[in-house]
Amino acid sequence: MSQVTLHKVVKNYDETPAVRGIDLDIADKEFVVLVGPSGCGKSTTLRMIAGLEDITDGEIVIGGDVVNDVPPKDRDIAMVFQNYALYPHMTVFENMSFGLRLKRVPKDEIRQRVESAARILDISELLDRKPKQLSGGQRQRVAMGRAIVRDPKVFLFDEPLSNLDAKLRVQMRTEIKKVHQKVRTTTVYVTHDQVEAMTLADRVVVMNAGLIEQVGTPNELYHHPRTRFVAGFIGSPAMNFVPCRLEEASGALRILLPGGHAFPVPAERTERYRRHAGSADLVFGLRPEHVTETHRNVEPNQEAFEVTLEVTEPMGMETLVYFQLDGAEVCGRVNPAAGAEAGQPMTLLADLNHMHLIDGTSGLVL
Amino acid sequence: MVDTATKSGAYAGAARPRSSLKRLMQRKSTIAFLLTLPLILIIASLVIYPAFYAVHLATLSKSMTKFVGFGNFTFLFKREVFWMVVQQSCIFAISAVVFKALIGFFVAHFIHAIPTKGQRKWRGMLLVPWVIPPAMSTLAWFWLFDPSYSAINWLLALFGIDPVPFLGNPYWARFSVILVNVWFGAPFFMIMYLAALKSVPEQLYEAAAIDGANWWQRLWYITLPMMRNIISITVMFSLIVTFANFDIVRVLTAGGPIDKTHVFATYAFLLGIQGGDIPLGAAVSLFMVPILGISAIFILRDVTKRGNEA
Repeated sequence: MSQVTLHKVVKNYDETPAVRGIDLDIADKEFVVLVGPSGCGKSTTLRMIAGLEDITDGEIVIGGDVVNDVPPKDRDIAMVFQNYALYPHMTVFENMSFGLRLKRVPKDEIRQRVESAARILDISELLDRKPKQLSGGQRQRVAMGRAIVRDPKVFLFDEPLSNLDAKLRVQMRTEIKKVHQKVRTTTVYVTHDQVEAMTLADRVVVMNAGLIEQVGTPNELYHHPRTRFVAGFIGSPAMNFVPCRLEEASGALRILLPGGHAFPVPAERTERYRRHAGSADLVFGLRPEHVTETHRNVEPNQEAFEVTLEVTEPMGMETLVYFQLDGAEVCGRVNPAAGAEAGQPMTLLADLNHMHLIDGTSGLVL
Repeated sequence: MVDTATKSGAYAGAARPRSSLKRLMQRKSTIAFLLTLPLILIIASLVIYPAFYAVHLATLSKSMTKFVGFGNFTFLFKREVFWMVVQQSCIFAISAVVFKALIGFFVAHFIHAIPTKGQRKWRGMLLVPWVIPPAMSTLAWFWLFDPSYSAINWLLALFGIDPVPFLGNPYWARFSVILVNVWFGAPFFMIMYLAALKSVPEQLYEAAAIDGANWWQRLWYITLPMMRNIISITVMFSLIVTFANFDIVRVLTAGGPIDKTHVFATYAFLLGIQGGDIPLGAAVSLFMVPILGISAIFILRDVTKRGNEA
């Protein structure tokens, strides 16, 4: 069993806090992704799990043992680094077998384990090469191979794909997922790329300023973000935010934007939002895919409004449209056939079934 | 028609040499050659010419009027002092380089371990022996080694140890000459190794720490292989300089006592300049060429190959 538990973990660099007390439970064989903007403490957290950084306060438990003072080599973990960190003077085989050789594993077993890992990663024919002779993607595979052969309790990935070009990154992302399905080891993966986080993770941990904002499955985070930060960080293009007021009139609620646009709140949310009626310090959030062109059969809680488009970005399968809505820049996703054109007025449809209402002060989604 | 044809033919004929010269000038290899020409001339006049001139000198008689072939060499081979100089030069160069390399390596590690803030002043202070002109610093050592009035012997006397004749006893004199050379040359190794250490990516050590390497294994499997090229080049360079060392031996012992600290350069100076037999001195100094050539081949053997890996 190889669960990883972080209990009130704190890391300060001199007096600067990097991680400010986080709790996290990672189940056996789970793939957890730590995601957040740079400087949010995600890499530091990973390095503390690896044992490459000391812990200022708190407790890290791997497989039932508190490992706070255990050196990296005795934690039974393997790590894949951003720049691969392959030993340049060793061949691929030597790189992959280095850990096993240090542990004095018998030669036959080393060969067998390296070869089986190489087969999983499809690098069998590269075993005699030096890292210099490999492409970025191949080096990444070797780095993963080095982790796999050690058969550790936990895999740690520190932004492993950020040195690859866009196309290769998508390919390796799938590769990593396949490998995890084959090898089934508890994995902690750090990235700043929310797409990587969403596609790879069983559970995503969104971090911001040294704290965990939210932990959840990719869909949970996407559809039920708990804070404005998560709502804005997950999803691309990002969720639209417009400051607003909430008003009650004859039992129904409506959102009032500063420029006079008004949107009715769906009836089933009335109870949830009622106690915030009259509050002026609120933010209205709506994802771009819920701002579309009008169509014939408008469903309940879909509200049409008129804007002048500022920029259009044809993406092929859809066109992104940008416009000002009562002082805020808003993005919508419309059908390429809808005739969106920059500088032209257009009637759009806001799907309020998917709206979010955020407390402007606390940043919590209501 | 005919007239124009000949005319144009004449033009073409006249234009061809000029344009081919132009083309020659425009070729990259020509430009490269012209740009390196000043350096080639300097090397030719200051290195190649003197080298061949030394070979020429070594074949002349003492009065430099008669060609004697290998006469000077056969004369040297018969002299015991010459073989002693060969032996002493090897002992001097090898032991000095080994100690310089070891001390430089360990000091570089210590400096590397100091946080960046305090590192600069240590680095600066430890470089001092290397930046003082050796003739001057050797003079200071000469006084330190003085048998009756020196600081070292005074310290020894405090502990009740008899004064040591550092420069009077052949073995102590050899020791002293090597010591001063190590003192002078170790900072060079230190700074080269420090640069090499700094160029090893930190993540390799982290990867090795996770792979389970202890301090010693990290040194052996990561640091040393990553530094091998720098070590080879530094050792080679230092070996040449140490082998050809003149000033330290000259100032400290002038080859004495009884020729027991002579190295090639001081012996060549003794025979050639002081003894007035320039061809014989040239013959002595030529002996360094094959010895250094062979060691260069051995030490630099894989440098280019490994350079492509990193």
